[in-house]
Amino acid sequence: MIIHDKPSLSRRRFVTGAGAATLLALGGSRLSWAATPSQASAPVLRGRQFDLNIGYQRVNLTGSERIATTVNGSLPAPTLRWREGERVTLRVTNHLAHDSSIHWHGMILPANMDGVPGISFAGIKPGKTYEYQFDVRQSGTYWYHSHSHFQEQLGLYGAIVIDPAEPDPVSYDREHVLLLSDWTDEDPANVYAKLKKLSHYYNFRERTAGELWRDIREKGLTQTWNDRAMWNQMRMSDRDLSDVTGYSYTFLMNGQTPDAGWTGLFKKGEKVRLRVINAAAMTLFDLRIPGLKMTVVASDGQDVEPVTVDEFRIGVAETYDVIVEPDDRPYTVFAQAIDRSGYARGTLTPDLTLSAGVPAMDPAPTLTHGDMGMGHMEMDHRGHGMGAMDHSAHHSMDHSAHRQPQIGSGLAGYGSAAAIRHADTEYGPHVDARAEAPQYRLDDPGVGLRNNGRRVLTYADLRNRYPTLDRRDPGREIELHLTGNMSRYMWSLNGIKFADAEPLMLRYGERVRITLVNDTMMNHPIHLHGMWSELETGDGDYIPRKHTITVQPGSKISYLVTADALGGWAYHCHLLYHMPGMMREVRVVEGAAA
Amino acid sequence: MRRFATAWLLTALIAGAAHAGMKDDPLLLKGMIDELEWRDNGDDPLIWDAQLWIGKDLNKLWLKSEGERSDGDTEEAELQLLYSRAVAPFWDLQAGWRSDLEPGPERQWLAVGFQGLAPYLFEIDTTLFIGESGRTALRLEAEYELLFTQRLILAPEIEANLYGHNDVETGAGSGLSDVEAGLRLRYEIVREFAPYIGINWEKRFGNSADFARAAGEDSSDSQWVIGIRAWF
Repeated sequence: MIIHDKPSLSRRRFVTGAGAATLLALGGSRLSWAATPSQASAPVLRGRQFDLNIGYQRVNLTGSERIATTVNGSLPAPTLRWREGERVTLRVTNHLAHDSSIHWHGMILPANMDGVPGISFAGIKPGKTYEYQFDVRQSGTYWYHSHSHFQEQLGLYGAIVIDPAEPDPVSYDREHVLLLSDWTDEDPANVYAKLKKLSHYYNFRERTAGELWRDIREKGLTQTWNDRAMWNQMRMSDRDLSDVTGYSYTFLMNGQTPDAGWTGLFKKGEKVRLRVINAAAMTLFDLRIPGLKMTVVASDGQDVEPVTVDEFRIGVAETYDVIVEPDDRPYTVFAQAIDRSGYARGTLTPDLTLSAGVPAMDPAPTLTHGDMGMGHMEMDHRGHGMGAMDHSAHHSMDHSAHRQPQIGSGLAGYGSAAAIRHADTEYGPHVDARAEAPQYRLDDPGVGLRNNGRRVLTYADLRNRYPTLDRRDPGREIELHLTGNMSRYMWSLNGIKFADAEPLMLRYGERVRITLVNDTMMNHPIHLHGMWSELETGDGDYIPRKHTITVQPGSKISYLVTADALGGWAYHCHLLYHMPGMMREVRVVEGAAA
Repeated sequence: MRRFATAWLLTALIAGAAHAGMKDDPLLLKGMIDELEWRDNGDDPLIWDAQLWIGKDLNKLWLKSEGERSDGDTEEAELQLLYSRAVAPFWDLQAGWRSDLEPGPERQWLAVGFQGLAPYLFEIDTTLFIGESGRTALRLEAEYELLFTQRLILAPEIEANLYGHNDVETGAGSGLSDVEAGLRLRYEIVREFAPYIGINWEKRFGNSADFARAAGEDSSDSQWVIGIRAWF
């Protein structure tokens, strides 16, 4: 429980798991309710001037009343609707007993408007107002959240939707925001402390003696021993998918619990655009809509070449826009947590009285040797990864005409040719593993999604809808290793935690390649503030732009950055309890030697 | 005893300052009762084995205690105060003081050892003790966890004590003195609290066995146990 946080009486509201009840009476913004009451989504604020009030809010999502931190009394925070080319002013007032802040995730803006205490500004003191003002120079689906303490875990997140200045290349008749998040009744500081004291505290999917016996009977003793020897020697669990699980979390879709279920309406024959945002603190989701194909049209707010899939994994802080064309019947929007310890659920329906069945969750995934960064084992998982092979072959054939270079050739758009090196700082009690032979795994849908019989989106599918703007090859390469000690629950980059790290210096105007090597067994969604991360997926002419890039366990991934934004920027893993350690300041300075 | 009381008080004071903001490495306090159990022999003794640590990721202060009470008397009691420093991903080097309070006379030791997780997930605690008058002792402990379900867990463990010299007054014989093996089946109602049942087997060897027989005790013994495991 949050002992120090006293609710502000004037803003007490009650949000139940079953109900809608996101009320708001604050601020002078023009606001409107979402299209129908059934949606029970966050309210939508439009215009150029916004008053956002950060405060306490009584909520009841699990049967127990808790105090959330919210914007304007709403969980999730109001959806902000902007227009590309306009200047927006956001007056954010902090009614908490602690410092607070809001970061506009994915927005290209001046450094002092980015909202990261200690890097962009000093934070917003209790009772104070900070006025953010910036020109909106992009369009698409983004989001905003607190960058202070663990406030994001307690509800301080909301959607941003920016209408393009030019006609949208994507046609649709209706849209819904699908904001996914994870709620806990626990005090986040206690969650963090528990993970430090017993890192598998929330994992109730560990291997059991019964499974061992079954494996021995099915595969024989030798094979079973070999399968498990590596994990046992490394003192790690191949069932360690999520640090915090459904044991503590209730997974939400637009603030609604799976029991309550968010509902979105459509009319027969409509094309519906779903703006999916992962605003969770710690949970990657695998989203699908049984019976419906989804055409992915944007990633992290940026238009991509449309690609039609059955399912996609969305890392924490990523966004995907998809178009669906439903028949005249209800559908379940099903977003399983990566470890299958729970799911967020909603309904798309032409009729409020109709809903669809909820599918069973997939089996709990098990990490492979490939996820451990064992290069020679990689062949194994590709061997039975026929689904992945098929579609990657198909994909590369589509563009084979202008796709001579290979991934890993070092050319812009194709990733680094450099050999991986572990820094001296990666050795010590604070780092428990180093990937031996990390591979580019762009066409790997990831643990738990391989060979599931569905067409799953991979990063190899992402191509920019528009030609690459900065055609330069990178002037230099930066290699960063995502490191940690799982059982001590310590996280770092290159073995150096944020508190001990020097800023990463970039020269204004330079084009660099960042190669991330994941030396851990977890997926890490890495977010660079202020500048685009241009993900090298194998097409130099159409490099997709992202703000958050999920790095699979034991893999490497490369992206290009044009350092076109002066100042200090946060750069970190977006898993909330990894962020304190696994973070850097990136400082872009004029004319400095790199 | 006062020494430990002071350390405990200091520990408690520092702990009050724990839980700051979003620091990556907050000061934390963890208390663990690994075993608090009744054994079904003769005078139904109550056995405890508990630890407390305060500290950060890589540096901690540990307080360890184990002992036995029966019929209102403390038959055995031992306290250790150790500074613990992480030296490898899964290993801590621990050094400090051990005090044997019961059975008398009191014995004081310097302690140095390694605690951690060995490959194949064995929990190991091994400590070398150096006492007055050239006394030396070595303790080796190992524990494993076998999950029947996510909450029903069988924990075999073994402990061996070795001494450099005979200590007639405390009944410790030189060489391998005693071995204790246990098998405890616990059910974690929550992670922090688990009742258990089990069996415990003890055997004294060599001179220790002779000392025991001379004192009219058995040199080996096995008992059913019932107890609780808890931590915060």
